[in-house]
Amino acid sequence: MLDELYKEIILDHYKSPRNRGKASRADFHAHGVNPLCGDDIELTLMVEGDVIAEVKFDGHGCSISQASASILTETLTGLTLDQALTKIEQVRSMFKGNDKDTEDLGDIEALQGVKKFPVRIKCATLAWNALDLSFQDSVKGPSTAYSDE
Amino acid sequence: MTSTNGLSTEGRMDTHKDIQNLSVPELDVDAIRKDFPILQTTIHGKPLIYLDNAASSQKPISVIEAISNYYSREHSNVHRGIHHLSQQATEQYEQAREKVANFIGAKHTREIIWTRGATEAINLVAYSWGQNNLKQGDDLIISTCEHHSNIVPWQLICELTGATLRHLPLDSHDKSFNLNKLAEMLTPNTRMIALTHMSNVLGTITDLRKVVELARQNGSLVLADGAQSVPHIPVNVEELGVDFLAFSGHKMLGPTGIGCLYGREELLEDMPPYQGGGDMIETVTMKQSTWNQLPYKFEAGTPNIAGAIGLGASVDYLEHLGMESVRAHSHKLNAYAIAALSEIDQISIYGPRTPSVRGGVFSFNYADIHPHDLGQVLDSKGVAIRAGHHCAQPLMAELGVGSTARASFYIYNTQSEIDELCAAIRSTGEFFLN
Repeated sequence: MLDELYKEIILDHYKSPRNRGKASRADFHAHGVNPLCGDDIELTLMVEGDVIAEVKFDGHGCSISQASASILTETLTGLTLDQALTKIEQVRSMFKGNDKDTEDLGDIEALQGVKKFPVRIKCATLAWNALDLSFQDSVKGPSTAYSDE
Repeated sequence: MTSTNGLSTEGRMDTHKDIQNLSVPELDVDAIRKDFPILQTTIHGKPLIYLDNAASSQKPISVIEAISNYYSREHSNVHRGIHHLSQQATEQYEQAREKVANFIGAKHTREIIWTRGATEAINLVAYSWGQNNLKQGDDLIISTCEHHSNIVPWQLICELTGATLRHLPLDSHDKSFNLNKLAEMLTPNTRMIALTHMSNVLGTITDLRKVVELARQNGSLVLADGAQSVPHIPVNVEELGVDFLAFSGHKMLGPTGIGCLYGREELLEDMPPYQGGGDMIETVTMKQSTWNQLPYKFEAGTPNIAGAIGLGASVDYLEHLGMESVRAHSHKLNAYAIAALSEIDQISIYGPRTPSVRGGVFSFNYADIHPHDLGQVLDSKGVAIRAGHHCAQPLMAELGVGSTARASFYIYNTQSEIDELCAAIRSTGEFFLN
């Protein structure tokens, strides 16, 4: 059963995280904390025109939260902001149990196993929820840290 | 390579009487385990190894039956009816209070206030005592290694009254309380010292008698957070001399939602009610009300009757075992755990290494594996531990970690379960260390 959670793709992203650090310019900034376990993720995005040119993540936490953030950076790089919003919604809906539209999710599909471990869903969605909040705040007002409790 | 943030603290706790306890009767752990239905269950097909006792203990059948019997045959409201059931419920409920008073060596049941748990007990003192006794210029002392429930209530009352909250730093070497430092910190304006009796992260036991001695010289009061100590070591409030003691039922074999505040009678007499409502009044007019006597002044509304009765049954169970024997069992497991855990490469154990100055709470980190991942793999092997900051974020900051894994033992745990724990910890390397 553990193999469904700790799939090779997940462990690979955890052991060799992609896009760690800070974007050369932070047009969007998102901060997610999970006070329950101390996961802490910071995302910075550089946008050229309407396209996300660079996504970086920093912080610390469990393998699931870190791998998920690493996957996020790879997934969203090169998308337009609208496409990114759609993708985030797709991922959030996947964790809510919606099995449709999970095709063409790439490495994200590997995170599906987390659904069987309800306590860890918060770890997996932390980066995605934080970025979603940041996008919303950029329309509505000042950004606050996303706190998953 | 084994590192530790806590080295020997031998010689520091000379007032503890652990050495004498080698002669107390040993617990019959096999018999005890049969009293706990949940220990017969399996988790993911493996026998349950329950090592999360610092968060909450399991319940013996006698406690479960006490609650079930009460609801099946004796339930009614207390202190109200003249009918048979109400009298019976009241009698049982008040008997439980007597059991708890005897268990912690209180002089009188007037000094035993039922609360929802240790958290509510500390909040009760902070608000009720604090609003009458604190003003700008006063200060309170807590330590860096408190549970949030012995930090936040004091922060709130300081905000209301203008008093200052100061914190006793831990010894940089072994993370114990430095009582010399406490002596230096005390001023004539220090009104309260609120310290944990046993750390829920490090397991360190506080020399409360020494703390009380220092406090008396300065006219300060002492509140002890006994959430971890009362279930595991003999605690006698008169011998310790503390003014307040807070503890929870569910960590000592009892149900959740019931706990206790012990307070010295003369202090409780002077304190205003914490909440208003039924049972806590003497008379009510539309203009004003007068208060019921102790302990009822602090118990507004229909109480957790079943919880109190269940806690009474858990006290019976512990008294039957004998708290000296409970402590001796913990001592034995601690010594075994320290030796066994220390043999694991790349483990960091936090807290003292001397079994006699600590309770059965072991916080650790293994290599750079996140405690959540460690806890997840252990769970798959039926081993239940806690992973996180243990409601002690300031202590995590002091230790320089975001979180730790924590294994905590109780009367039904065995050395072979500690062996299983160690094997499970090593096995996490399969996923994360290659």
